[in-house]
Amino acid sequence: MTRTKAAADGPGIAEGPPAVALRDATAALGGRPVLRGVDLTVARGETVALLGANGSGKSTTIRAVLGQVPLTGGELELFGTPSARFRDWRRLGYVPQRSTAAAGVPATVREVVSAGRLARRRFRPLGREDKAAVRHALEQVGMADRMRDPVESLSGGQHQRVLIARALVAEPELLIMDEPLAGVDVANQEVLADTLRGQVEQGTSVLLVLHELGPLAPLIDHAVVLRDGQVERVDNPDRLHDLACHPHGSVPAAEAAPRIETGLLS
Amino acid sequence: MIEMLDYAFMQRALLAALLVGIAAPAVGIYLVQRRQAIMGDGIGHVALTGVALGFLLSTNPVWMAVLVSSLGAITMELIRWYGKARGDVALAMLFYGGMAGGVLIINLSPNGSNANLTTYLFGSITTVSPQDIAAIVGLSVFVLLVALGLRRQLFAICQDEEFARVTGLPVRLLNLLLAVTAAMTVTVAMRVVGLLLVSALMVIPVAAAQQATRGFAATLGLAMGFGVAVTLSGTVTSYYADVPPGASIVVIAIALFGLVTALAAPLARARAARNGSRGGPRGQGRAVAGGAEEGTLVADGKEHADNGTGPVDRPSRV
Repeated sequence: MTRTKAAADGPGIAEGPPAVALRDATAALGGRPVLRGVDLTVARGETVALLGANGSGKSTTIRAVLGQVPLTGGELELFGTPSARFRDWRRLGYVPQRSTAAAGVPATVREVVSAGRLARRRFRPLGREDKAAVRHALEQVGMADRMRDPVESLSGGQHQRVLIARALVAEPELLIMDEPLAGVDVANQEVLADTLRGQVEQGTSVLLVLHELGPLAPLIDHAVVLRDGQVERVDNPDRLHDLACHPHGSVPAAEAAPRIETGLLS
Repeated sequence: MIEMLDYAFMQRALLAALLVGIAAPAVGIYLVQRRQAIMGDGIGHVALTGVALGFLLSTNPVWMAVLVSSLGAITMELIRWYGKARGDVALAMLFYGGMAGGVLIINLSPNGSNANLTTYLFGSITTVSPQDIAAIVGLSVFVLLVALGLRRQLFAICQDEEFARVTGLPVRLLNLLLAVTAAMTVTVAMRVVGLLLVSALMVIPVAAAQQATRGFAATLGLAMGFGVAVTLSGTVTSYYADVPPGASIVVIAIALFGLVTALAAPLARARAARNGSRGGPRGQGRAVAGGAEEGTLVADGKEHADNGTGPVDRPSRV
């Protein structure tokens, strides 16, 4: 469903196989089926939002894409390579949901972001190029002046920006974000939207879980709405309005409804 | 002070104390970072069975302890992977089993008694033999190579394990390596600090250092400095006061922790005041901008102080 759609009307999509191609994916957590046949495609340069109520399988879907939740059925291809053979993890940048638990030992912003660079360096020591990459990633999220500060001293929004820098520092081709706006104030949401816009303009593919589109709405090419581990509907965000009126895959008629930016599915 | 260096046993004890003081916090910091500070304690309990087996089989207790505690540490790591709700109970049984097994086996062995065990439980400066020194030096070198050489990788897996897996690091292998390294550290430390108190030397210098530092590398360096300071002074105290070195080292370490904690709060306040007058109300505005998240930070004096400080003259784009 998404695939055909992406091929048909995705704007400005680069050549090559899609960054993510998930077909009829099923997965279970603790014996309970969480994904029950999810199709999801993120074409190159495309930004796809996963929406849905709590427990609908959004986070499990992206964790399956990242190889952190094993699929019990279906297929996953990353950049055209079946996931079982995929080794090029540095092409993926992951921004987890910001954890509220403080770490046991203090760490500076620079130290946390440098950890992201291991995706490229692995066991080789970090050099001048890596230091420049760390600075550049922090500049992209507007946190370069906090490099030496402990992450514990940051606000929720600033912490989120640091986690995004940690993903960007490896210069990924696909950015995967789990609820980047959760607990982030409006001013920081705008900064995040700017950062993401910069990435999209550079051709980075983006897959992100959202509760509400907020200031990210203009960036999103497709919104995939999950419900009970299945794709309920796929749409362009400017057509998304009152979901309750259009249950279960009945895509509304072509007329564009006014865009709703916040509180979409809360 | 100098005449104690004339004794060969004291030279060995001080060399062992020096190595332990460097190695224990260097590994302990990762356990503290992952909130597994208690793991060193568990390995210590399991190592006791190894020591007793050494007596029973008339081999060197140190190498037997390395073997058994490494197996114990790997088991703990496996329980952490696969264990779900009952993981803590399984760990507790491993701890108690190690302790009970040690006492049981030592009493079965021909030339062992609980008195032998006491020197391993609380440390002893007079019993560090030349063979022990060879083992301690070799193990310390390995421990430091891992703890310092792989510090970025170990930092990454302890800071955010799932992220580390996504970056493609061999997280399971690194976790096992860290577990075995922790087991070796316990064995290195057992002659000086003793198995029951070894965990204290892995945790307290780190806990003291992080009161005064803002980053991981700084904490690592300062913790190793604190570690050396307390092991050397504790060993010297043990020589003069004739108490087990483990006890004097841990008491000094706790005193140091108290001192650093008492000094850290006013220092942070002074730093905050200095920066506050420079950054002015803009710095405070930043602290408030985060809304609810900031509220949690404000509740803690030190964190709040940090929030307003730092080499930042320009507020970030908030």
